[in-house]
Amino acid sequence: MTNEIIIAGFGGQGIVSSGIILAHAGMIEDKYVSFFPSYGAEMRGGTANCSVVISSDPVASPIVANPNIMIVMNEPSLARFEPTVQPNGLFFFNQTLIKSKPTRKDITIIPVEANAIAEELGQGRVANMVMLGILAKKTGLLKLETLKKAQRKRFTKANKEQLELNDKALERGYALL
Amino acid sequence: MKKIFGRPAGLTEIIQRYCPGCGHGIVHRLIAELLVELDIRERTVGIAPVGCSVFADEYFNCDMIQPPHGRGPAVATGIKRSRPDCVLFSYQGDGDLAAIGTAETVHAAARNEKITVIFINNAIYGMTGGQLAPTTLPGMRSTTSVKGRDVVKQGYPIKVCELLSGVDGAYYLERCAVNTPKNIIKTKKALKTAFKNQMDDKGFSLVEILSMCPTGWGVTPVQSKQWIDDVMSKYYPLGVYRDRAKEEK
Amino acid sequence: MAEKRLMYGNHAVVEGVIYAGCRFFAGYPITPQNEIPEYMSIRMNEEGGVFLQTESEIAAINMLFGAAAAGKRAMTSSSSPGISLMQEGISYIAGADMPVLVVNVVRGGPGLGNIAPAQSDYYQATRGGGHGDYFTITLAPHSGQELFEFPRLGFELAEKYRNPALILADGLLGQMMEPVEFTYEPIDPTSLPEKEWALSGCKGRERRVVRSYDLRPGKLEDLNRRRFEKYENIKKNEQRFRASRCDDADLVVVAYGTCARVSDAAVRMARDRGLKVGLLRPISLWPFPWDVLGDMSKRVEHFLVVEMSCGQMIDDVKLATECRSKVQFHGRPGGGVPTPPEIYEKILGVLGGTR
Repeated sequence: MTNEIIIAGFGGQGIVSSGIILAHAGMIEDKYVSFFPSYGAEMRGGTANCSVVISSDPVASPIVANPNIMIVMNEPSLARFEPTVQPNGLFFFNQTLIKSKPTRKDITIIPVEANAIAEELGQGRVANMVMLGILAKKTGLLKLETLKKAQRKRFTKANKEQLELNDKALERGYALL
Repeated sequence: MKKIFGRPAGLTEIIQRYCPGCGHGIVHRLIAELLVELDIRERTVGIAPVGCSVFADEYFNCDMIQPPHGRGPAVATGIKRSRPDCVLFSYQGDGDLAAIGTAETVHAAARNEKITVIFINNAIYGMTGGQLAPTTLPGMRSTTSVKGRDVVKQGYPIKVCELLSGVDGAYYLERCAVNTPKNIIKTKKALKTAFKNQMDDKGFSLVEILSMCPTGWGVTPVQSKQWIDDVMSKYYPLGVYRDRAKEEK
Repeated sequence: MAEKRLMYGNHAVVEGVIYAGCRFFAGYPITPQNEIPEYMSIRMNEEGGVFLQTESEIAAINMLFGAAAAGKRAMTSSSSPGISLMQEGISYIAGADMPVLVVNVVRGGPGLGNIAPAQSDYYQATRGGGHGDYFTITLAPHSGQELFEFPRLGFELAEKYRNPALILADGLLGQMMEPVEFTYEPIDPTSLPEKEWALSGCKGRERRVVRSYDLRPGKLEDLNRRRFEKYENIKKNEQRFRASRCDDADLVVVAYGTCARVSDAAVRMARDRGLKVGLLRPISLWPFPWDVLGDMSKRVEHFLVVEMSCGQMIDDVKLATECRSKVQFHGRPGGGVPTPPEIYEKILGVLGGTR
């Protein structure tokens, strides 16, 4: 089974970190993984996206064109990425910041109040962790505990409070379903 | 019978193939003498250029390397950074140093690379047959400026010591000549300073040497020596252009 | 088990170079390999090595020439336009029989092209690249793991044969993150033997000269013939490849680097549907694995060459198979990366035509 994931949003929403944490968690669970950042012209305009592959087979290409799992964190990314999702794919979107509604009927739409929950926890920045938490629960792809380990590998310079807040955000996301 | 003059141990016994009246042989001898006098021959790596002195790798009695045209300072950098105990000299002509290798020269100076660069300026391309050099004087004839260098079409010469004077990294810059015994003695002194600076781990030292090319200039050896005094050293004034050792005092 | 890290390919190269005992890097920034000099500057500083950001790729390769002549392991990295600038130096280094390691993280060309992954420098890498009769040993990694391992292999081959070695990666391999296992202990540079040809000052020995020229009549001819005897040895001993599912194959896909990864997935799709398809992945591009392809061509009817170019390696496949098999091509030039379904469709097209 190969899961092809795209995470998209504004620069500063932790898009790249989310991707690396997902890939790292996959590696911890002995899966074949890859992470690929967006580059070139796509960097302009402050939008960021990255591809993550988590698979039971060696990863062919780390560049994902048609994800079966999509995380959309901001308005512009919704319009851009909704059409690319594979039929029957999962579409997580940050309902707090996105006013439009996804229109596809052949994919599973999962609205998440990612930023609202993050603000409740005291820090809007951890909205990405809320998303990773719900992704883990919905897909069963990764254990919650593994994500907690993986975020520590990513944020090696963060203080204990921040790491614990990240854990909480992961847990809140995980508990949404 | 007592031998009072002979080949310095810094030169091999290979016969040099320079033209009569050429300045390369004089400069080779000065360097070779210094390799012995400073007791550095056995830790020196010399760099031969592309040009008339391409065969310098046969003439100097020390380890030698022959790099691409103009890249001497880059190759010297590679060796010096790998073996800081070695003494590096890069022997270069005007085409090598001031045309194709300008970037390598300027940036080695900017990095204050601890090497000694010996720049033979004879205002002409000797090896390839007397074409225009980056140092050919305005109005001077060459095989690619048969009516004389036209500065409107062919631009102006590059004054290397003056150019490098604008580079903070350069530690020592001096322009000399080898057309008279007095100038030869001065040149040796400048070369000695340039080597000593490296031995003392000071920095980038370049000695520009105005040198005769009677064949390329189409004059006799005697006329060529006179021309340096009368014309060439007027355009390229001799003297010290940078001496940070003195400035620091 | 060896330590496993999630790493960018470009960072894996750097660790591979450090683990290979190399302490000399000179280079000039160019996308998509900037992570190499950036990370290298940190690592060389930590290891007490030399890191030089140069004025040009020309200066960088000549600094390598100097460092190699001084007997040290030395490497540079660049991407296609920068590698073009280095060709002068590589020719001199090959002509002086010096070992250096050059990494090319290939991008789209010709000219400034783009910064997307490509394989369009194959000819340049495998045909010498600069002027004169020479070849460079060329290795093509297809993963972060091999980006870590090939610097050491590259140095070993370069030193064994006294010849420049090249690692031909691409922007995709350099920019992706993958798990990398640190499969061996780092080499202590001081444990590497002194070279009997290195320039170090002639104390207690005859002076040494490193040069690529010989103007004496007939001498350069002799020298070049001797160098080609060396190349024959390399061709005999160093053809590297990975063949998978080829034993019963009606069609063998030939692809290296990124294309080999993608093709592997396409081959699995084909096998799942009962098609007898295999993959041959050249690991050494020079020497090309001519022998195994020659053997295969005696029983395999179809070869499908997949490249991120308009077709360069296909020439070597045709040379190796000597018209015994049908050789087809699928290519994505200018920064395009093929997908498994795309290659699978091509496989169906080729095999369908024979039924």
